[in-house]
Amino acid sequence: MILLDRVTKVYNRTSTALDRISLHVEPKEFVIIIGKSGAGKSTLLKLLTREEKPTSGKIIVGGLDYDKLKDRDIPLLRRKIGVVFQDFKLLPNKNVFENVAFALEIVGFGNREINHTVPRVLDIVGLKGKEKRMPLELSGGERQRVAIARAIVRQPKILIADEPTGNLDPKHAWDVIKVLEKINRYGTTVILTTHNQEIVNKLKRRVITITDGHVASDRANAEYKQ
Amino acid sequence: MKHWLITQWRIIKAGLQNFVRNATLAVAAVAVMVITLTIVLFSVIANATFNNTVQQITDKIDISMYLKDTVTNDQRNSLIQNLEQLPNVKSVSYVSKDMALSIYEKLNQSQPDLLSAISQTGNPLPASLDIKPRDSNKIQDIKNYLDKPEILALQSDQTSYSGDRKAAIDKISKATYFFREAGIASVIVFAAVSMLIIFNTIRMAIFNRRDEITIMRLLGASSWYIRGPFVVESIIYGVVSAIISLTLCNLLFSVSSSALGASSLGLLDIHYANDYFASHFWLFLTGQMAIGILIGAVSSLIATRRYLKFRTSK
Repeated sequence: MILLDRVTKVYNRTSTALDRISLHVEPKEFVIIIGKSGAGKSTLLKLLTREEKPTSGKIIVGGLDYDKLKDRDIPLLRRKIGVVFQDFKLLPNKNVFENVAFALEIVGFGNREINHTVPRVLDIVGLKGKEKRMPLELSGGERQRVAIARAIVRQPKILIADEPTGNLDPKHAWDVIKVLEKINRYGTTVILTTHNQEIVNKLKRRVITITDGHVASDRANAEYKQ
Repeated sequence: MKHWLITQWRIIKAGLQNFVRNATLAVAAVAVMVITLTIVLFSVIANATFNNTVQQITDKIDISMYLKDTVTNDQRNSLIQNLEQLPNVKSVSYVSKDMALSIYEKLNQSQPDLLSAISQTGNPLPASLDIKPRDSNKIQDIKNYLDKPEILALQSDQTSYSGDRKAAIDKISKATYFFREAGIASVIVFAAVSMLIIFNTIRMAIFNRRDEITIMRLLGASSWYIRGPFVVESIIYGVVSAIISLTLCNLLFSVSSSALGASSLGLLDIHYANDYFASHFWLFLTGQMAIGILIGAVSSLIATRRYLKFRTSK
């Protein structure tokens, strides 16, 4: 599903964010990526969404070779990937419902499907009754859940979640992880980055540790060890 | 087809929503557009009014050619025909000796001495041709024709376009020509500056919301789906501004015409300006809307472009 072959990303010629990273993620896998701040986790995710271009190396996601990707194909690629951004990236002029619906609108869903799907997903993330709120009227945790709802509403083949539990209390953090596990059971490949030791230990999934732009370890059913 | 329609409808709806939800930004942008559009409108009306005044002055300019009493009707008619064929001649009218006398008597009613003097000598006044030029700057063309020897032979006296009178006419003509050109130039300058100001206002408005564009891009929205609402919003700015600007002008003109009973402010004829505005109201409205819509759409297209680009550096 995801293949990285000796991928290097250098910013400004001086700072190497990623150094010849090779990874392979199978379809329907649940992968946790851990690493200190600045280790290169975010760069890795940005390469997957084609927010950044690799300096060298090959990236293939869902059969798409990024080297051959034209500009006009990038939106199509991004529609296949759901992303929960660390800073949420909600649209400030749209309310909760519209933010989630936007993800469906751009792929051409009809109004009836949108009106049917969005409330269900908002219910899953625990935002029922807050459809009309604007992002500014929400707490940090609520915003994060809108971001999650928006990422999963399209039932993407791949879901990338960058620190989705960062702003949540333990109870809500677990709710989010349960949602991720659920969507993974339905067949979505999930890539999760986190700092939360407890979550890593409880999930018992494949854990990839990134240190200074290298893959320091890649273990199945692993526990937190940095 | 249905899908396409839904998409367009969503774009328009999002544009309307943005207009309402960004009320402060919308008010600021509309205010700037109203002011600039109004200034352009005023410069157009002022220019037209001024041109009208200038026209009224230049319409009074003519050349009188005085005919010898011996000139026959045939000679006179062929002369009139030839004159009328000159490119710069608007019209030629014939004033007979009798008509000249009655005009003279009317002009000097209050001066019995002059009247009795003229009645004692029989009618000494010559018949004349009054020639009105199309362009007072090119009177010399007509004068050159009149100075041909065979035409001079028919004249009892110098034409009126000579001496002090010539100097005065030339001065007026030059001045009016200058003012006309200056008027057109100022309209063009105002329009150009306004366009730049409007463009910049919209650019700033979009700059403020560049994050939204980036987010939509990351979610996989197509270019048109992202910039469409911005274009719609800017078009609404244009339409609303044109309507407000025209309403303001309308109000201003109706107040000014009732407040200023007197009809002119220096060279600006308020009545004429009022009539001109009223008779061209729909033209102005559509013109302003067209300008507003066009500048709005073009500026938002240009302004969104840079935030839509994909990262190309490796």
